Amino acid sequence: MQALRQGYVTGPLLGALWLVILATTVAVAMSFATGDAFRPSILLSLVWGAIAGGCVVALARSPMGWAKALILAGAVVFTVLLGFGAMVTGANVGAGARILGAAILGVSFGVSLAAILAGVRAGGLTRHEFEEAVIRFLTGFGYIFFTAIVLIPFYVMVMTSLKSQQALLQNPLDFSIDLSKGADLFRSYNELFGIYGFGGYLWTSFLVSVLTVFITLAFSIPGAYAVARLKFRGQAAFSRSILLIYMVPMIVLALPIYIAFSLTGLRNSILGIVMIYPVTTIPVALYMLQGYFRGLPAEVEEAGLMDGLSRLAVIWKITLPLSLPALASVSLYVFMIAWNEFLLAFMLLDDPSKFTLTRGIASLNSSEIPRQHLMAGAVIATVPIMVLFLGLERFMTKGLTAGSVKG
Amino acid sequence: MSDLGPPTTRGALAKREARLAWGLLLPTVSIVSLVVILPLLAIFWISFKPVGLADLRPVAPVVREDLRNAGDADQAVRYRIQNRSQDVPIENVSFTDTIPSGVTAGPPPEQCTLSGAALRCEIGTLDPGKRVTLMLPVQFDAGLDAKALEDALEDDTEPAARGDADNILTNFSFSLENFARVFDGKQFWEVLYVTMFYTIFGTIGALLFGLFAAMLLNKSFKGQGILRGLYLFPYVAPVIAVAFAWITLFDPFSGSVNALLLQMGVTQEAINFFGQRPLALIMVTVFEIWRYFPLSFLFILARMQSIDTDMYEAADMDGASPFQKFWYLSLPQLLGILSVLFLLRFIWTFNKFDDIFLLTGGNAGTRTLTVNVYEQAFAVSNIGAGAAVAVVIFACLLLFSVFFFKYVSREEGL
Repeated sequence: MQALRQGYVTGPLLGALWLVILATTVAVAMSFATGDAFRPSILLSLVWGAIAGGCVVALARSPMGWAKALILAGAVVFTVLLGFGAMVTGANVGAGARILGAAILGVSFGVSLAAILAGVRAGGLTRHEFEEAVIRFLTGFGYIFFTAIVLIPFYVMVMTSLKSQQALLQNPLDFSIDLSKGADLFRSYNELFGIYGFGGYLWTSFLVSVLTVFITLAFSIPGAYAVARLKFRGQAAFSRSILLIYMVPMIVLALPIYIAFSLTGLRNSILGIVMIYPVTTIPVALYMLQGYFRGLPAEVEEAGLMDGLSRLAVIWKITLPLSLPALASVSLYVFMIAWNEFLLAFMLLDDPSKFTLTRGIASLNSSEIPRQHLMAGAVIATVPIMVLFLGLERFMTKGLTAGSVKG
Repeated sequence: MSDLGPPTTRGALAKREARLAWGLLLPTVSIVSLVVILPLLAIFWISFKPVGLADLRPVAPVVREDLRNAGDADQAVRYRIQNRSQDVPIENVSFTDTIPSGVTAGPPPEQCTLSGAALRCEIGTLDPGKRVTLMLPVQFDAGLDAKALEDALEDDTEPAARGDADNILTNFSFSLENFARVFDGKQFWEVLYVTMFYTIFGTIGALLFGLFAAMLLNKSFKGQGILRGLYLFPYVAPVIAVAFAWITLFDPFSGSVNALLLQMGVTQEAINFFGQRPLALIMVTVFEIWRYFPLSFLFILARMQSIDTDMYEAADMDGASPFQKFWYLSLPQLLGILSVLFLLRFIWTFNKFDDIFLLTGGNAGTRTLTVNVYEQAFAVSNIGAGAAVAVVIFACLLLFSVFFFKYVSREEGL
């Protein structure tokens, strides 16, 4: 560790690793955006990054921060364009894309490396200076890494749904959108809504989810209140068994439910789905709500009782209005579970006229149906829940933290 | 002297409160036990029975009638009673039919009795696959439309058959055959190994990534809210959507990742990520980490933000370095939530079905216990074996929950 804490070791080391990361990121991003051949050159990145890191350390005492970043950026752009830089482009890449890629890499590297190595100077470093530089490096890496892994699958999902099968097979990397096609871009969506009846699935999913929310609340509010507030024998055992039931895997229950539904003719009916979904969500809702009810001040309720309200009136007039935010969180969470539910819908529904959205997408997964239809279906299922999530993020995060014992 | 201690018996008020509590809980308890407890019992019951998918249709005799030699002197109604099951005999088979008015039935066969218009025949036992044919001579009354009478005979009054068959679902014969099959040889151990690999690495990976992401966002800056929302996407999106997005992304022929790797020179030929042996298992584990790190991230971030900052100021005064602060201050504070998360995620990853089922269908060495339930019950059509696997899962779950309640139920208020 002692050897690492030298300015001329730390600087080049972090610089080299950082240029590898940035070159890879920019190359991947440019490939995904243009479909052209960009790739990082690991070896050259290490060399140039180390040199750049060394220069930043050597110039640490000079006051011109911006000038340093600019020089670094210029050097990176220059080497990349000459063909022996951190990023290599294929022969058929246009000049515009090449310059753009080089510029993005150069500027981002120049600015960020100067920031990462701020405070790293020639000679021995204190433990603080060294660790802070490493942490800045790791932070930068973390932001790039997480954003990339989260965004790439969704990006591919949306872009694939807008392409044609041939274009995709020709160059799987080319996600550029041909705007001249106009409304034809959304052909997959048109076909899904027109031929495959996704409008109906969307409506079924919505209906089932909303009904599930209401039925769940109707059952779990009184139950949660009883567990949280009222004293009775077996209360502790009860709140434990809620958690236990909540952990029973659905696949274990799905088998007998399938048998029972087959025997009673509930299979293949929306009624059966609406009956079974709330049962999977009631334990979650009960668990979340009882936690919230416990946190409410009991004094308010006691005041209501003293003034002559019955228990049920207390729940209706005092507890429920106070717990509206929790009810919103629970509703959203339950809605999300019901909307995303796949296993039961897959096992219990066979009739295409009764599919929920997730079941409809599963039916698109066949070799005869082009891939972009499948991705368009995925987008259709994802967009409503994302809109809901982004619009009501505050409630949603709260609901997730309170209830996401369930996965 | 009267005793002035607190009351030792439950008073009227306490009793009323308990009654109200049970009243409020009753609907929930009944519906949950109907759909959770009952199926669990059913699973135990079925796991000891050799049941296949085909046995779900109850065995019953089938009877058909048609008019033979219509118009001739020996015209008769032919009844054919059949046991369509290949291995279960039906006992006490009988059927009834109504002779429409305008038709006079001749002497019934010896198994049948005719009282007025009601015909009743007792067949006795029908062996598997056997068929019995009975002829009932009939005469049409003169002056009536023979065609209409024929239709009335054949279509208007359907004969109803009944019989007692041994239903495998409800009888009292049990066998350990399912468990023997489940625990049989190498396959079970492979399934167990896959399950454990997936569960342990999936859980730990999701925790570590969640911890890393939480540390990144544990400071306020512009765009922190956006990033936090963004990092939750994998968890919030429907599993079917993201699973198919991954399949598309990693497709060996038209997948972008393979194209990218080829272009970067990392590999010379396309890699079948979800189709070859050790790689498929690693990929589904990576998917599990990717999908569930947001959850640990959210929990850990919430806990981090509630840590008292005084402690860090004191550490700063003492000259602790950033890593020291993390190791000696943050980590011990987070240990509680980390252990709770570990156990919960462990149980939930163990229970996971959808993800693997959608990604690989349990092929290429990714068959976990939960996928095995589905495979046995529906792909091999052996419901009994599927139920036996489910019982094994349930037993593991009970074991885990003992740990859970022992060590972490009181921590973090869970």
